[in-house]
Amino acid sequence: MRDRGGPAQPLLSVTGLRKYFPLRGPLGNVNAHVQAVDGIGFNVMKGETLGVVGESGCGKSTTARLLMHLIEPDAGEIVMDGDPIGQGGITVRELRRNVQMVFQDSYASLNPRHSATTEIAFGLKVHGMKAAQARQQAHAALRLVGLDPDLFGDRYPHEMSGGQRQRVNVARGIALNPRLLILDESVSALDKSVQAQVLNLLADLKDRLNLTYMFISHDLNVVHHVADRVLVMYLGKVFEIGPADSIYAKAAHPYTKALLASRLSMNPAHRVSAAPLTGDPPNPVRPPSGCRFRSRCTLAETICAVEEPALNDIAVAHQVACHAVTPGSGHSLARGIANAA
Amino acid sequence: MPREHLVEVVDLSVRFVNRDIDVQVVDGVSFHLNAGEVLCLLGESGSGKTVTMRALLRLLPPYARIGGQIQLAGHDIVAMSERQLETVRGPVAAMIFQEPMTALDPVFTIGTQIAETIVAHEHVSWRDARKRAFDLLEMVQIPSAARRLDAFPHELSGGLRQRAMIALALSCRPALLLADEPTTALDATVQIQILLLLRSLQQELGMATIFVTHDIGVACEVADRIAVMYAGRFVETGPVAALIECPAHPYTAGLLRSTVQAGSHGGRLESISGYPPDLAHMPPGCGFAPRCQYRQADCIAANPELNSVAADRMVRCPRPLLAVSTSA
Repeated sequence: MRDRGGPAQPLLSVTGLRKYFPLRGPLGNVNAHVQAVDGIGFNVMKGETLGVVGESGCGKSTTARLLMHLIEPDAGEIVMDGDPIGQGGITVRELRRNVQMVFQDSYASLNPRHSATTEIAFGLKVHGMKAAQARQQAHAALRLVGLDPDLFGDRYPHEMSGGQRQRVNVARGIALNPRLLILDESVSALDKSVQAQVLNLLADLKDRLNLTYMFISHDLNVVHHVADRVLVMYLGKVFEIGPADSIYAKAAHPYTKALLASRLSMNPAHRVSAAPLTGDPPNPVRPPSGCRFRSRCTLAETICAVEEPALNDIAVAHQVACHAVTPGSGHSLARGIANAA
Repeated sequence: MPREHLVEVVDLSVRFVNRDIDVQVVDGVSFHLNAGEVLCLLGESGSGKTVTMRALLRLLPPYARIGGQIQLAGHDIVAMSERQLETVRGPVAAMIFQEPMTALDPVFTIGTQIAETIVAHEHVSWRDARKRAFDLLEMVQIPSAARRLDAFPHELSGGLRQRAMIALALSCRPALLLADEPTTALDATVQIQILLLLRSLQQELGMATIFVTHDIGVACEVADRIAVMYAGRFVETGPVAALIECPAHPYTAGLLRSTVQAGSHGGRLESISGYPPDLAHMPPGCGFAPRCQYRQADCIAANPELNSVAADRMVRCPRPLLAVSTSA
């Protein structure tokens, strides 16, 4: 499936995506839900790298898995280049041919009994390729990620280093010639010297294969390095989305600001002197009413407990869900702001 | 008379030996530490930083062979019996780990675990020990500490669990705190809270601290001195500011360049080519030579010595970058 709607049509368009995981009591009765992803919507544009950031438990990885249909969403629509998934659109199998994923744990995500070539060829065969051709294609993919198939093709996961294994995972991801690669903390477990190699490799592959990336990471500096746009999530909600430079230079949401301020200084002469946030994120089973961030937010007012803020344009392509920056929200800080539109 | 250091390690070596393997994990590490100082062991996975730290309390698997000398507050750690070690573990030096969920006992409450440690080491009553446990939870800034005494580890969030483990480690007032990547598993927003807590406790209590980390950012936040490890050896040591400002070993320089800095957007990263060596098949000479862009014949001929390149700075490289880049 190649480009259909032209560059202006999003490669992936997500609306109202929701997933609640049931929590069962000792008798198997459902007594609560983890609100992992709660009605989020966003677009992934063709050829871009969309960075996704947020603390653990914010729903980054669940979102990725929902996009791949590795878990079934409770509600919401995923449209791939104009085609919805399911009835009247493309099948889940077709979706997966076009959207591939690379996970964090390079060891756990490879079959220990498959050699690199077998591992990569497996997916190709599942999607209908003849064995001999699949092996050939697998070797080509290995070459693309900088591994000599003669040297590494017959190696098993335990015979490779972490960086080499992650290259095999990337090779498997690109072998089907997908349009979107979801990188879920794919470089987080790698040592810094190897991480830089893999980041460079990913940048090269993106150019050569005309790929689109969704780059999920907790490392804000790495996301800034790779991303064109950034999506900030908190407890299953989208808090802020916009161009990377805009987010990093002019973050509007107090949560985004706190995240950015939590980065380590890298300068022993100017150490961080106060933590921008206290405590951990609240329990996603019983999130705070209204704005989910209000329990940790220094700007919280009455309105924040009553009403959930909607995503609101504050600049070109930059949206924020916060009462304090939304004109007419009733928040005292929002009074002086003119309507952006 | 020379001043006695709190920690004195001379030519420490650790080998992992069993029927199939004989691997030199730590090779000739020497350092010392005074009360109140913070040393960061910085290195990538497999560099031997954790094994070096664990050797200080002999918390190593039975197949580990320790060579060299380790003195902790006058105790000869290498020569001690297991029984004698119990008097060192806790009151002299205590350790905090990366994963509090596995380091804490899941079937006892936080309060019980802390009080048990105090009773075992200081022979006080359970009532007094529990009182101390409460004070400790307050000290590590756990909110509603009285209630949290009766919480099980799984009932706490990751950040609170890490605070509870710090309280446990401090329960016997150690002179030395050993911290093994204590913030690696935490979110950035919680990591900075824990680092600030450790920094203030360390200063308040005047503890010496050895901090193992792979993250230069963490080292910049807490360290007085850094020792960079590669393939089981110290390759560079020095005060944190000087070392970050002007790394002298090609590996340190490469590590700094390949770390994505704040504000970096697009473009290529300078990476170190290749991968760390397999410790079972170490290359001859300098362990970093196969990846080093400045490699010459003498690097492979013999393992270079740690040499002084500037005041308080040692580098294991025949051609340290410092001499090239500065007039000092």
